[in-house]
Amino acid sequence: MSDLAWIDGALTAARPQAIGALLRYFRDLDLAEEAFQDACLRALKSWPENGPPRDAAAWLIMVGRNAAIDQVRRRSRQEALPDEATISDVDDVETPMAERLDGAHYRDDVLRLLFICCHPDLPATQQIALALRIVSGLTVPQIARAFVVSEAAMEQRITRAKGRIAKAHVPFEAPGPVERSERLGSVAAMVYLVFNEGYSAGAAEQDERAAFAVEAIRLARLLLRLYPAEPEIMGLLALMLLHQSRAATRFDAGGEMVLLDDQDRGRWDQRMISEGLALIDKAMRHRQRGPYQVKAAIAALHARAARPEDTDWAQIDALYAALERLEPSPIVTLNRAVAVSKTAGAAPALAMIEPLADRLDGYFNYFGLKGALLKQLDHPAEAREAFGRAIALANTPAQASHIRQHLDQLMQGAPATS
Amino acid sequence: MLYAFLCYNDEDAVFAWTQAEDAAVMAKLEAVQRPLAEAGRLGPTARLMATSAATTLRKDSDPPLVLDGPYAETKEQLLGFYLIDCADLEDALSVAQDLAKANPGGAYEVRPVRGFFPGAIATAKAKAAG
Repeated sequence: MSDLAWIDGALTAARPQAIGALLRYFRDLDLAEEAFQDACLRALKSWPENGPPRDAAAWLIMVGRNAAIDQVRRRSRQEALPDEATISDVDDVETPMAERLDGAHYRDDVLRLLFICCHPDLPATQQIALALRIVSGLTVPQIARAFVVSEAAMEQRITRAKGRIAKAHVPFEAPGPVERSERLGSVAAMVYLVFNEGYSAGAAEQDERAAFAVEAIRLARLLLRLYPAEPEIMGLLALMLLHQSRAATRFDAGGEMVLLDDQDRGRWDQRMISEGLALIDKAMRHRQRGPYQVKAAIAALHARAARPEDTDWAQIDALYAALERLEPSPIVTLNRAVAVSKTAGAAPALAMIEPLADRLDGYFNYFGLKGALLKQLDHPAEAREAFGRAIALANTPAQASHIRQHLDQLMQGAPATS
Repeated sequence: MLYAFLCYNDEDAVFAWTQAEDAAVMAKLEAVQRPLAEAGRLGPTARLMATSAATTLRKDSDPPLVLDGPYAETKEQLLGFYLIDCADLEDALSVAQDLAKANPGGAYEVRPVRGFFPGAIATAKAKAAG
């Protein structure tokens, strides 16, 4: 890696901590971002000459803070009134750097920065856009391309989201234990949203969005380093690593989605899988089951199966049953029905999903599974009807073409397979 | 004399490398290691998972305390190690400099080895883990 690439990596890695600390000083997101930007420019000049500092985040915080204080003073001279409130803790400028940058501050800074991105007033897409812009430092054009909107529209969306946050008055005092754990829960959910935005993208969008999944994994690593004893954060990171391990096999050369059963398991990323498994192992010791851990354990059972037929469906059924208790939803029951169909057969699985009809009326996977089960039970007419609904609801061409294969088999009277 | 090269770096940065960046660094390191391996000087090497995967057992209490995370919270983390046969410290530091050129940032702690026991892990297993 060239020096410049190395510096770029160090700046990105230091960004959440540095902006988080600058936000604590200035209590203004735009000012914190500007200060960080300023510090980065100085780093690009100074680091190649003087070598990188031992603690990049601390360097950027100090330099950014001084630059922004200068700027605020200059502005306030022009605008007459010195605004001491803007610089929240000017009095501790002289306290030793080490003290100011202790671990607890860092932790709360980064958590606060992530937390303001997941304000409940913000719709999910704005949360994701804001986190990618502020925490990860992706550029507006990058984010706009990924969301397939114009740069101006994305700029406006981010500005609007920032405005809402400013009005929401997120407290800057160190949070208490209960509040900290609530924040951690919201932040984990937002990180998972970022991941899914990348992971659920189709082949055509992969170039733009694949980075989101990688970024979410980076954020989860950061969270886990700050909160090393949180089993749900271990579960979240494990879950994302286990899904991401299949990234290279999820699309065929033509851009069609490849189903789990048909993926080339030899090309799954073993390094990510073993890290995911190690994290689940660690999390289990805490005996505090949570949704991310259970989802990760399900993903682990798929990762451990050398061939699709080696999958431990009974265990997956039991885990989905646990998930139904932790986080009841018709989608979870639908997924459980897949496991039930493998262990107990199509009839009990169908009985399990029929009560979901009202709630999953507009859901592709519901009709896809229903059709497949009816086909196995040899009810071709009803199966065709369900598949018809599924095709109408398909979100991607790959989903539709998968259903069409089923329909073709029905037309040919082929023996029911999956 | 055998030397251990303990590799420290900022894992936030290292684990944010893309696959291509990771592969590029590994290729450069491989170029430094190859002549050492051919000369029979390169011993076992290991790349460690992130410290978030680490668990620490404190044996200064009874029963020992099991804690999540690495032994020490530091700016740079122990991310791997090499064992290399070197003539002397001078030689070891020159190897470390070659490695540093291939992978800048962080630090190598170069420590003479007191006892070496190659162990019995089969090469196949070592490859699978890597």
